[in-house]
Amino acid sequence: MTCLPGTSAKKLGLVIDLDTCVGCHACVVSCKEWNTGGYGAPLSDQNAYGADPVGAWLNRVHAYEVTPAGQDAQIVHFPRSCLHCDDAPCVTVCPTGASYKRLADGIVLVDEDWCIGCGLCAWACPYGAREMDGQANVMKKCTLCVDRIYNENLPEEDREPACVRACPSRARHFGDLGDPQSEVSLLVLARGGFDLMPEQGTRPVNKYLPPRPKQAREATDRGAAGVAAGHERPEGFLGWLDRALDKLG
Amino acid sequence: MTEITAEHGLDPSPKVSDEVRCTTCYMCACRCGIMVHLRDGKVRYIEGNRKHPINRGVICAKGSAGIMSHYAPSRLSKPLLRTGERGKGEFREIEWEEAFDIAVSWLKPLRDDDPRQLAFFTGRDQSQSFTGWWAQQFGTPNYAAHGGFCSVNMAAAGIYTIGGSFWEFGQPDWELTKMFMIFGVAEDHDSNPIKLGLGKLKERGVKVVAVNPVRTGYSAIADEWVPVTPGTDGLFILALVHELLRTGAVDVDYLLRYTNAAWLVVQNEGQADHGLFARNAAGKPLVWDRARNGAVAEDAVDAKPALKGEVRLDDGRRAVPVFELLARTYLDERYAPANVAQETGIAAAQIQRLAGELARVAFEEEIVLAQPWTDMKGVRHETMIGRPVSFHAMRGISAHANGFQTCRALHLLQILLGSIDCPGGFRFKPPYPKPLEAHPVPSSASTPNQPLRGPHLGYPRGPEDLALDDAGRPIRIDKAFSWEAPLSPHGLMHMVIANAHAGDPYPIEVLFLYMANMAWNSSMNTEGVIAMLEAKKADGSYVIPKIIYSDAYASEMVAYADLIFPDTTYLERHDCISLLDRPICEPDAAADAIRWPVVEPDRDVRPFQTVLLELGVRLGLPGLTDAEGKARYRDYADYIVNHLRRPDVGPLAGFRGERGERSGRGRPNPEQLQRYIENGGFWQEHVPADARYFKHANAGYQDWAVEMGFFDGPMPVTFQLYLEPLAKFQRAAEGFGNRVPPEHLRPRMKRTFDPLPIWYPPFEEETLTATGKLDGFPLHAITQRPAAMYHSWGSQNAWLRQIHGRDPLFVPGGICDELGLKDGDWAHVISHHGRITVPIARMEAVNSRTVWTWNAIGKRKGSWALKLDAEETTRGFLLNHLIHELLPAKGDGLRWANSDPITGQAAWYDLRVRLEKAERPAAGSEPSLSATGSPVAVGPDEVAFGKEWCR
Repeated sequence: MTCLPGTSAKKLGLVIDLDTCVGCHACVVSCKEWNTGGYGAPLSDQNAYGADPVGAWLNRVHAYEVTPAGQDAQIVHFPRSCLHCDDAPCVTVCPTGASYKRLADGIVLVDEDWCIGCGLCAWACPYGAREMDGQANVMKKCTLCVDRIYNENLPEEDREPACVRACPSRARHFGDLGDPQSEVSLLVLARGGFDLMPEQGTRPVNKYLPPRPKQAREATDRGAAGVAAGHERPEGFLGWLDRALDKLG
Repeated sequence: MTEITAEHGLDPSPKVSDEVRCTTCYMCACRCGIMVHLRDGKVRYIEGNRKHPINRGVICAKGSAGIMSHYAPSRLSKPLLRTGERGKGEFREIEWEEAFDIAVSWLKPLRDDDPRQLAFFTGRDQSQSFTGWWAQQFGTPNYAAHGGFCSVNMAAAGIYTIGGSFWEFGQPDWELTKMFMIFGVAEDHDSNPIKLGLGKLKERGVKVVAVNPVRTGYSAIADEWVPVTPGTDGLFILALVHELLRTGAVDVDYLLRYTNAAWLVVQNEGQADHGLFARNAAGKPLVWDRARNGAVAEDAVDAKPALKGEVRLDDGRRAVPVFELLARTYLDERYAPANVAQETGIAAAQIQRLAGELARVAFEEEIVLAQPWTDMKGVRHETMIGRPVSFHAMRGISAHANGFQTCRALHLLQILLGSIDCPGGFRFKPPYPKPLEAHPVPSSASTPNQPLRGPHLGYPRGPEDLALDDAGRPIRIDKAFSWEAPLSPHGLMHMVIANAHAGDPYPIEVLFLYMANMAWNSSMNTEGVIAMLEAKKADGSYVIPKIIYSDAYASEMVAYADLIFPDTTYLERHDCISLLDRPICEPDAAADAIRWPVVEPDRDVRPFQTVLLELGVRLGLPGLTDAEGKARYRDYADYIVNHLRRPDVGPLAGFRGERGERSGRGRPNPEQLQRYIENGGFWQEHVPADARYFKHANAGYQDWAVEMGFFDGPMPVTFQLYLEPLAKFQRAAEGFGNRVPPEHLRPRMKRTFDPLPIWYPPFEEETLTATGKLDGFPLHAITQRPAAMYHSWGSQNAWLRQIHGRDPLFVPGGICDELGLKDGDWAHVISHHGRITVPIARMEAVNSRTVWTWNAIGKRKGSWALKLDAEETTRGFLLNHLIHELLPAKGDGLRWANSDPITGQAAWYDLRVRLEKAERPAAGSEPSLSATGSPVAVGPDEVAFGKEWCR
């Protein structure tokens, strides 16, 4: 089995705002586009133009319907990718050392030269965040765009994961969650960011921000009355109108 | 077991690309700026251009998947001539020279004899100022683009009412608005700007209200959901209006300054002038001056206009101000929340509360910007006052038979709240607003070998501007601007094939289409349309004799064309996103953009606009040729730079003048395209600070607009709460005037052409009710647009089809329980017109009487280089099969169009259905049409894009 490197002080990760995600899949495709020509083997697609096309993706968005008690049903869009856990079971289960977590920044990666495609890590991951590539038979996962975030061939402002760069509703944030004063940490604090399935004991680095409560349709608090009191008949309203016009002078 | 801790080699700074080229996306209609990374001559990666005004760096799923469309196996590669029967997909590859010869031999005789015999309709292209100009030079009246089956109700209602509309005309003030209400499906148009805007609202904690039968996409993140019943948005809006009036929550000052609220309407029931504006000798509408106690011109500087009270004009006629008519109409109990609750599916309490919230935010959370400005009367204002409520709507409220009036109702609501082009409200984008007077009226009279006198598409002011011949018959093949659809500024593309097939109003010889999938998802009654394309006369020749089509891909329409001009992909072509056309401006900037060939085609294909120019030269069209008959423009790129629409005004507004120093107006600049390329593919010029708001009445803005060349003199807009052209049609329907509608259309015209926005039930429902059949079709059926797929142009995309390759019909839980349906079951979906059999999925977050699916996921076998068993053909489907271009028979011996009676917009979302549980058909979704042949090979089993660059 493979060892975790001890606790990294720097914990790079994503903060994903479930209140803002419209489920547009922009992050999903930009991720695939960047990574299919980058880190490791391409993200291949089988039956690409046939029945049941299936490809390797490092990030997917799922739509769940939930009905909170006493409220209307609603849809929550849930982007799902590797959470770069501090206690990453996908690393410790790896028989070859291919799956590893970096001490320097906490990113969990797969060294594809070492990967034998046994799939144990995917079974061990409680989040389903790893996908086997159908052509290269190596395990693929989110690299946090490790080949972007330090890439000196990119302008500094572009040194962020492709999904964050793409997200049109700005629902994705990238930063150091090990630094309590970082923008992402403060955002988590302010918005009540949470760990996904904390009971699994994986101590994920990525955080999710919850959807804010919805307005109940039945609520009758009107916020405020109109400028004038209720005119049930046109004559009353037109009378008010005279006074309004007089006020204008 | 050994514990492994090892160092892993990793290059954190790999090479990204050899070169980055900035151009404009075309994976949907949004027109975002993109940066195309090239490596080894191939497209490595596409990302958003951070400097671009539309997308500010972000990119959507479609944009990123552009690589898969650019390299799609379904790309056509050579001009094609049909060899088999239509629909078989059997072609012979030909050279371009032969293709041009054939097209000229078909088209030249038509121009010589009867130019109407050519019907030229373009689909989702964005070069309509060019294609329209070409058709004008040819001389056919039969030209339009796809707006008639898309969102013309929104566009037309906006232009007639406020001089602009949503999307390309204007948008919410995302920076300052404090309450935002979004109606209907909106995920496909203006998609990245709306997502960016929603992100900003969320950051500021602004309340978002979604009015949509389906709670997906943008509606999913809204703070409040209004699960409106399809087709009743107008009733909901007018109930809000009722509440605002009842509580006196209207901006009276704003109404007096910027609208026709005070204009006097003649009250002369049963006479020709009833309902028209009272005007002075110079034709100026009159208002009643409370100070003088007499009528004065509406623009009199010192008048104190009355908003109520009947007056007697000097000529003895009676008249009342618009606002009194308006107040009496909407204060009627018909529009009381309690009285609309059942039809709209929205509780009265929710309507009342929302009206109260709109009023509170508009009036109690007023914004005051310390920005002086001067209005059109020369009055200086020290501040700009904002009513920070904003709205957006697009196709959802448009695609109904009551859509025009519903869109008008929404603008009425905005106006009453004083929230049009003010801080925090809705903001116009230059070159809008433009008043009705700034738009042309339609031109339609054709003469052999002569160009049409003016543009095809325009805005009629009354019956006098209709495109009718001396006998009152429609001049156009789509019957646009006829009594059946008088105000149809986008034409009626969805009626072209049916009318040409019926020879009504006349047969045509050549149907010429560009980028419009009329044999599939762009037509109602798909199977019927296919039959019309295949139909033959007794002599064995086709009823529609010749079909020319241009597309980049092997779409379903290809199999029905006789001659194919293969187009390039969007990365291989020049285009201009022009202010003359469908601009990409922002409220604070005029902007336009180009596409340019960032990669060269590897196939024998040519960009359609260049092909059209070449064809025009060979036909000797004026405008395209010089005195010697030689080409004026080398290609489309040359046209973009050198064409002048007016003196010093051409397709692109940026970098004009011989040295590129001019904006808006200026001589052609031979280096213009290079300057655009250097600037990231776009140009923008910021609106001056004092011109940012109240553009419709702001002297600073109007001066700037004239300087920029949007118009040649100031064009302020007075918002038309009361729309006089509609009153003129009502009078025509009463028999007044020398142009009157046929008897059978008169009652409907009288009822629906109300000069104040009204609501009436969708025609399909009304017709089914009248014939006692509504009980058989208790449910509404609509589509939503997935943000990750754009119409059919995504289905050949190996990545996007993994996201949306199949679509169930989503069925409300209550209906599932009633019919014993569960997830994964199949059902027959039955309308008055047909039956489909499809998979279903249970859903709760939907209006309880509405079923829905994603738009245009289903594909025909044989198309798009997909395998015959592709899931789009077995588990995808089209609702189109259930929708007829005509309404159910009423028993009056007539068949009425399934369209808005004012604009002719296709009423897609009026569909009524019932469900029955079904067995899964052996071949999957039904109907399962036979496979067409294809000019392209089926795509490969496996794709591993980027292999050569991987470590």
